[in-house]
Amino acid sequence: MSHDHDHDHSELSDIELRVRALETLLTEKGYVDPPALDELIETYETKIGPKNGARVVAKAWSDPEYHARLMNDATSAIAELGFTGRQGEHMVAVENTPDTHNMVVCTLCSCYPWTVLGLPPVWYKSAPYRSRAVRDPRGVLAEFGVTLPDETDIRVWDSTAEVRYLVIPRRPEGTAGWSEDRLADLVTRNSMIGTALALDPSDLEDAA
Amino acid sequence: MTLPDTVQATPRLPLDQDGGPVFNAPWEARVFAMTLQAYDAGIFNWREWAEALGAELAKDDDNDNGEMPGYYNHWLNAFERLLADKRVAGAKQLEDLKQAWNQAARATPHGQPIELKRSGN
Repeated sequence: MSHDHDHDHSELSDIELRVRALETLLTEKGYVDPPALDELIETYETKIGPKNGARVVAKAWSDPEYHARLMNDATSAIAELGFTGRQGEHMVAVENTPDTHNMVVCTLCSCYPWTVLGLPPVWYKSAPYRSRAVRDPRGVLAEFGVTLPDETDIRVWDSTAEVRYLVIPRRPEGTAGWSEDRLADLVTRNSMIGTALALDPSDLEDAA
Repeated sequence: MTLPDTVQATPRLPLDQDGGPVFNAPWEARVFAMTLQAYDAGIFNWREWAEALGAELAKDDDNDNGEMPGYYNHWLNAFERLLADKRVAGAKQLEDLKQAWNQAARATPHGQPIELKRSGN
């Protein structure tokens, strides 16, 4: 079989093909129910994937030169930390400020940079989330428990096959002098999609 | 999220400090969840699964009990083999489906969701 790297079509790795084949067969025979399968994965998804993106954010908060490189060329800056991979390529970092909050939408899990962010949440792939996020981002954020001041602009970014986004959440108050390791614990997956803020240091104490 | 006790008894299952499973790629989570559903559907009991997986893991030279690279590759091999033993999934059927998915992927423009269109059975 020829193995071209033509970007006009999609490609699945051999292992992804085997997993999809199994899912199709088990679904057709009634042993597997895809919605229930998604739900089961959702149950465990918080533990999925390396917290690579959190390390990128923590470093950007701590190291102004790294921050500049990340904003200039996120793909290379992320690769500096050793995080590369088919899904992590072509990244753009968008930074939250007091004036602007960024939020990423994408209905296609193939466009989601899971090597950086971990597994996408199931709701993220749903069409209603995407269309509502574009139409009413403030309402969607409120459902996630995020209320922003009226003067904060909300920018919605749609991932494409070429560009995937990493949101740099605002560094929480009360974290001056924290190590990158400690800071990374504040960076949740959802905060890097823009559907949450970074955790507050008090959230961390509650969890411990 | 802690796993049920039966599942915790899986040989060398990578777990985090809270007893939850750890995956390195989305497909690993998918095959893990499918195995739980196949077990719930009664295709095999957990002891049979643990044996199938154990046999597959034993093929690896790495004999210590620490974290194992490629753990879910072994898992996938064991799952396919057990389903074949239980006459749920034949090698030929799976191969045909793989080909169909491969064709579907190649016919799908990059960035679009890949869907399998079955042309009758």
